Amino acid sequence: MGRYVARRLLQMIPVFLGTVTIIFFMTRMLPGDPAAAMWGDKAADPAQLAAFKHQMGLDVSKWQQYLNYMGDLFTGDFGTTMGGRKVTDVIGEAFPVTIQLALLAFAFELVVGVAIGLFAGLRRGKAFDKSTLVLTLLLISIPVPVLGFIFQNVFAIQLGWVKPTVQAQHMTFDQLILPAVVLGSISLAYVARLTRTSIAENLKADYMRTAVAKGLPRRKVIGTHLLRNSMIPVVTFLGTDLGALMGGAIVTEGIFNVQGVGNALYHAIGRSEGATVSGFVVVLVLVFLFASLLVDLLYAVLDPRIRYA
Amino acid sequence: MRGASQAKWVVAAVAVALAATACGSNGGSSSGSNGGGAVNAQGTFSYQSTEPQNPLQPANAMEVGGGRIIKTLFKGLVDYDPTNGELRNQVADKIETTDAQNYTVTLKSGWTFHDGTPVTAKSFVDAWNWSANVKNNQINSDWFSDIQGYTDVHPDEGDPKATTMSGLKVVDDTHFTIALNGPVSYFEYKLGYTAFSPLPEVFFTDPAKYGQSPIGNGPYKFVSWEHNKAVTVAAYDKYAGVDKPKNAGIVFKNYSQAEGAYKDLVSDNLDVLDQVDPSDLASYKSDLGDRAVDQAQGAIQSISFSLYADDWKPANLSKVRQGLSMAIDRDTITKTVLNGSRQPANSWVAPGAMGYKDNTCGEYCTYNPEKAKQLITEGGGVPGNKITVLYNADGGHKEWVDAVCNSIRQATGVECVGDPKPDFKSSRDLIKNKKVDGLMRTGWVQDYPLNANFLRDVYGTGAAANDAGYSSPEFDKLAAEADKATSVKDTADLYQKAEEQLAKDMPAIPLWYYKTTAGYSNNVQNVKYDSFGDPVFTQVEVKQK
Amino acid sequence: MPDMIEKTAPAGENAIPAQRGTAAEAKAEKPRSLGLDAWHDLRKRPVFVISAVLIVLLVLFAIAPSLFTSVDPRAGDLRNHYLTKPNYLHFFQGDWFGYDGQGRSIYARMIYGARASVVVGICVTAGVTVLGGLLGMIAGYYGGWVDTIVSRFTDMVFGIPLLLGALVILNAFQVRTVWSVVFALVVLGWTQMTRVMRGSVITVKQSDYVTAAKALGAGTGRIMFKHILPNAIAPVIVVATIALGGYIATEATLSFLGIGLQDPTISWGIDINSAQKVIRQAPFALFFPAGMLSVTVLAFIMLGDAVRDALDPKLR
Repeated sequence: MGRYVARRLLQMIPVFLGTVTIIFFMTRMLPGDPAAAMWGDKAADPAQLAAFKHQMGLDVSKWQQYLNYMGDLFTGDFGTTMGGRKVTDVIGEAFPVTIQLALLAFAFELVVGVAIGLFAGLRRGKAFDKSTLVLTLLLISIPVPVLGFIFQNVFAIQLGWVKPTVQAQHMTFDQLILPAVVLGSISLAYVARLTRTSIAENLKADYMRTAVAKGLPRRKVIGTHLLRNSMIPVVTFLGTDLGALMGGAIVTEGIFNVQGVGNALYHAIGRSEGATVSGFVVVLVLVFLFASLLVDLLYAVLDPRIRYA
Repeated sequence: MRGASQAKWVVAAVAVALAATACGSNGGSSSGSNGGGAVNAQGTFSYQSTEPQNPLQPANAMEVGGGRIIKTLFKGLVDYDPTNGELRNQVADKIETTDAQNYTVTLKSGWTFHDGTPVTAKSFVDAWNWSANVKNNQINSDWFSDIQGYTDVHPDEGDPKATTMSGLKVVDDTHFTIALNGPVSYFEYKLGYTAFSPLPEVFFTDPAKYGQSPIGNGPYKFVSWEHNKAVTVAAYDKYAGVDKPKNAGIVFKNYSQAEGAYKDLVSDNLDVLDQVDPSDLASYKSDLGDRAVDQAQGAIQSISFSLYADDWKPANLSKVRQGLSMAIDRDTITKTVLNGSRQPANSWVAPGAMGYKDNTCGEYCTYNPEKAKQLITEGGGVPGNKITVLYNADGGHKEWVDAVCNSIRQATGVECVGDPKPDFKSSRDLIKNKKVDGLMRTGWVQDYPLNANFLRDVYGTGAAANDAGYSSPEFDKLAAEADKATSVKDTADLYQKAEEQLAKDMPAIPLWYYKTTAGYSNNVQNVKYDSFGDPVFTQVEVKQK
Repeated sequence: MPDMIEKTAPAGENAIPAQRGTAAEAKAEKPRSLGLDAWHDLRKRPVFVISAVLIVLLVLFAIAPSLFTSVDPRAGDLRNHYLTKPNYLHFFQGDWFGYDGQGRSIYARMIYGARASVVVGICVTAGVTVLGGLLGMIAGYYGGWVDTIVSRFTDMVFGIPLLLGALVILNAFQVRTVWSVVFALVVLGWTQMTRVMRGSVITVKQSDYVTAAKALGAGTGRIMFKHILPNAIAPVIVVATIALGGYIATEATLSFLGIGLQDPTISWGIDINSAQKVIRQAPFALFFPAGMLSVTVLAFIMLGDAVRDALDPKLR
């Protein structure tokens, strides 16, 4: 196990380098000239544009820019934004916000999703199962902005329980509840249906009959045997989703004015800010790598037959 | 991504006669007695803003996010009275000239920077020299190009030959002279722009650090900049200008989407709005009642033809262009699709600018399907019987582009489709490099409230914003004559003649003028907007709780 | 054949499937294939019949929209701006469901929008399921360095923000069609399916019947497709059927960003997007395209459930 983990950690190095390379060149392929865009509607003054590009290191070939970027990266320098701020500062501001939001959304979809899925699976074909299907459908088919709009209107403006948006200067836990529920609701549909299917399937498995035949109490049968064996697809999904949540949600963050990763990435991509986009993705890929390692380790915990050499 | 596309490029305060029309019950006088409760002079209020893209240096803010903040922190020689739009002196005591080329500036005494140091002639001259220098990477450096010696500090190529412009001379603490390359009758108008602000001594020791916590001479002093969250400013008690703040400070809250800001406004978590988002436009007046704002703004929306492309090159197509213009039902589109947030245009200059003349476009900007078809047929038809309208998808233009296309299609049978590009800069790239084949969305927001700005800078041959590639010897001749005039009034009158040429050639179809559609919360009163769409920050009154 | 296992195996977690576990023998005894078996089973399920009818109807909308309406979905008359309320008694007329912000018939657009939306939904789902599923199966089955390469490559692609990837890919197309959107979404979307499939295969390959099949010398392809696939497919189907709706919605987001489908193409996604802006005045403009999206997803979820049940031996 220890060696397996060590190997996985080593594998992160090439993946990291590969991703940085891909992202670097992708940002350079974005349409539009990021430097000229600083002038907006006006034509940029050519002399000033040239001076600006020189300062940003954009006046050399793409390969040279790439080498410069990689060189800086290894000394811990993530570069600067077009406005001259350190990318590390921008990352440092955005991630804490998104992490809080992501964990809250994750907890919501995990707890509610698995609970709904478990009961629906145990009562397959019954009324509860069918209403779960309807709920899932509703969550899938209501566009996120509409869900956000309804929540803001009902809970913030009509009932006045929470503030309609996240107040960046004075962020409190309760302000994050609405965006977290909206953010988690789509994944909730996946978690609930995956759990339900898995439960329904494993209910008929041989070990379940054995467990029941052995006279184990129902609680124990469901808790230890059924749920544990049914969790692998759910865990796979949740692992992927945790990574995705950390990547920030552009739409949800926009609606609730959350100044997190999604928002920062959206603006950086819109301005073709190569250094900023690469910086964020570099951090995100590390998050994804750890999440997928965690998922693989959980497989072994959930199913003792799975061994890692 | 609302930054660039909706940006109002200039942030100098200008207002027009219309400024005071639409503020509901608070619209009358500017005294503190109107509105509801007692005023809390120690109260601060919040405003819907965006994260400044650049360090807060006066010549480095072109987008609204940074520009508005700069405007509250700095005050130049002159600004515009928001109640009537007239030029008024601030730091300047007087600006004198006889030939519109050589100016002598006299400063008032008593002005100080927020660090206590006095504002002197040197503060201006040093600031302008620094900002114009190509090495200092200021976005608005070319605003100084009228001044003699500009090419020494800002050569087209290579390093600058000098660090000062020969046209600027300090006489003493309160006097300096400006020499221009040639007569510019409206140079004083330009001086209202924030790029011409003074800078304190401390700026030059570390401009980058200064950009994170600027020290200005304006009505408000800088307090804090919490990146991506808010910028806070507080009233400066030793402010020497005529527009002393009636409140204790402003929090510029960063909103990434206007929808969120509107929700915060309705629930009194935000005090003053920049713009109502499209989805709330239809109902904001009933939501806000007296607190809703709807007034003219110095900007125009148009669609231009790619006159350089093979399809639109032939000289005889002006009738076709006029016909297409007549196929657009501006009245209905502004009323329905745009929810009344725009005013149908019948000229190329926005109302409120000096020299604006009503209906210079005449019948060509009036919806008439019969005549439209007839003109298009007479002109030989639309090339390929199909047009595309290029626009940027991040600016909320889809709805009206679709409606304009629909109108053209229904009226004339010419196939018309929108051609969205993902963002402002990618559409801008195509337009700038003259790679458009068809029509494109173009717009103009005034730099200063003069018709010359809407005409010379947009339709003159080779002008920086001449996206259509329009080149008319007649227009150029009339514009050149206008520029030579020695008074602003003459310049404006002569430009009206040049504008008539546009109706004949129709290089761009004027669609509608912008309006400021905004509002404010229950916590504030006496909120007015200038013709740039910016609130008059100093006049906002915070109610006693 | 896997469905034999249950019948013959003694109850117990570690039961070894008896000699009949090999496919060769099963085939000799019972000529019906797994697929045929499933088909016989499916026809008897009402869930399947309902979903099949719905899907056939959707496909008909997509192929021949003019059968259902004679109104031009692009013709807008601003006098019919969305404030004109629907007239629910005018069946199949232009104003049946009201008019949208451009004064176009919502009913006609709902019918005509089916083509692009259904094509995007089905093709992207099929694409990511086949591509992602195959990679996931290979990674999960072989393990070791094969798994390492596939999984780490998946991590890399997963790291690309959708917006960035879509901008770069779709900008490369001179003319964007439904197919370029499908291409971009498949290229950027397969990673999740790979992970789900891999996780599922890793569990299933530990099963006794797989071990047995291996011991009896069944070929790799046979083990993968006859033994592992039917038992590992359930989570993939669940994710795929839900994701189908997600892809239709994603297409809308791309169009909204100016890199998706564009005029004159009509899609539910585009209409859902523009209707969101007028939800306060005209909720019906949102209701019908979004409702169609729901019905489509419902049809495919039910189909997925039915197919999975039919394929899954344990649920018999």
